[in-house]
Amino acid sequence: MPETTFLDSTELVLNMGPQHPSTHGVLRVILKLDGEKVNGTECVIGYLHRGVEKIGENRTYQQFAPYVDRMDYVAAVSNGLGYCLAIEKLLNIEAPPRAQVTRVILTELNRIASHLLWLGTHALDIGAITPVFYCFREREEVLKIFENYCGARLTTHAFRIGGLQYELYDGFEEQVKAFCDMFLPNVDEYEELLTNNRIWVARLKGVGILSGDECKEFGVTGPVLRAAGVQWDLRKAQPYSGYEQYDFEIPTGENGDTYDRYLVRMQEMRQSVRIIRQAVEKIPAGPIGKTPKVIKPAVGEVYISIEAPKGELGYFVVSDNSTQPYRLRVRPPSFVNLQALDRMVRGGLVADVVAIIGTLDIVLGEVDR
Amino acid sequence: MATTPWEGELPAQLKDRFGAEIGECSSYLGQNFVVARAEAVIPILEFLKLEADFDYLVDITAVDYPNRAERFDLLYILYSYARNERVRVKTRIADGAKPQTAVPVHTGANWLEREVFDMFGIQFAGHPDMRRILLPEEWEGFPLRKEHSIIKQDDRWVKENLGIESGQ
Repeated sequence: MPETTFLDSTELVLNMGPQHPSTHGVLRVILKLDGEKVNGTECVIGYLHRGVEKIGENRTYQQFAPYVDRMDYVAAVSNGLGYCLAIEKLLNIEAPPRAQVTRVILTELNRIASHLLWLGTHALDIGAITPVFYCFREREEVLKIFENYCGARLTTHAFRIGGLQYELYDGFEEQVKAFCDMFLPNVDEYEELLTNNRIWVARLKGVGILSGDECKEFGVTGPVLRAAGVQWDLRKAQPYSGYEQYDFEIPTGENGDTYDRYLVRMQEMRQSVRIIRQAVEKIPAGPIGKTPKVIKPAVGEVYISIEAPKGELGYFVVSDNSTQPYRLRVRPPSFVNLQALDRMVRGGLVADVVAIIGTLDIVLGEVDR
Repeated sequence: MATTPWEGELPAQLKDRFGAEIGECSSYLGQNFVVARAEAVIPILEFLKLEADFDYLVDITAVDYPNRAERFDLLYILYSYARNERVRVKTRIADGAKPQTAVPVHTGANWLEREVFDMFGIQFAGHPDMRRILLPEEWEGFPLRKEHSIIKQDDRWVKENLGIESGQ
């Protein structure tokens, strides 16, 4: 008998990415495998690093606003909202009511668009091809609203510091209402395809469990945290832009597995529609806000965060009373959430790594900034 | 910065516990922060986590003031789910000083501290994996330091790895 057989195989190191469709961008994961079992991972990131924070220090407050859209480029409106709120806080001003309600509508539409992109690609990774076509079909309707509003579909630069970029176009309300009416039955349709699908359930249930305590330990936020049973959403906990006026629920899961995260995001899309329907009924008349020509905030520093589709998106801004930020730090939800990947895949199967990367819903533009 | 004193139970507790280690407890535009000596930061984070429920480390970041003797501000942003409150712990460190890592208190500090190292060159003592995270490992220079111009790059690295004279 030989001393060793192939069964006592040593650890196999497998490289995944950065050019790999299921890593949703340029993420490289080095997997340490024992057969099909994952013993550990290492993420190599930074391929999309553009030095956003350094650029921020070298642009005026107004000039930097379009740059934030390029971080989480599938939820550019949320990025812009967070940035505008942070600078408004630094200036101690508030956007007028008309701007605030419109901001909520556009941000929630963007949350739906972001979740749709997640759902389509996540299902594609698992092997379900149909949902991606359905999801992109509905996402297109959201993007059309953005296009009608500001001419851009993805990197919208929809808001300005102190209000909105443009006045709403004629027929905005009708188009948004029509979208809501059309969209809800479609969510049911996605659920019919997936929720009780045996393959879908088998691939997702019990996979990549991250408990509520583990989420807190890593600072993981957003749907991942809520799927672990923690009912926490910044829109409720520390409302901004008038979210306290709207009636909506925070969906939570129980097990913190990939399946619960799927269910939570599906519910969130329905809740977003609920918020949009309330908001669109009461867009007040009035000014849309005006950006000050020169922005020179008093010396000071603030941290402002919002509930972006991926989790807590924060901006920490230091002003030295000049027209450019002295320091601008972005607290990206994707970067922080990605850190928990190792904990989630350890001990699981290599096929589940793909499911778990998908369920984390990261955007590499935001991870690397 | 036009701050107001931060009054309440928590700052009183902190001052009680850490005494001279704490410089000030202030508020700016309603946001509370504590300024402490660098050695006291980790015990403060631990105290805040275990006895005041600040169990979520939101972010760690730094600010560079090159003309100051202790040139970096190091900031820890904390949140408490139970209290629904935020607090920032702020300290000053000199270039080359090695502050203690926060990883034993908050696991999530790992990547955040690596990013601070990557961008500012602040090394954290006791960190399990003190390497660059966004830039290539052989890269030279720390881009978020103020003397680093926006168009500066590591020419040697660019030449060797990309085969071009300059990326600018």
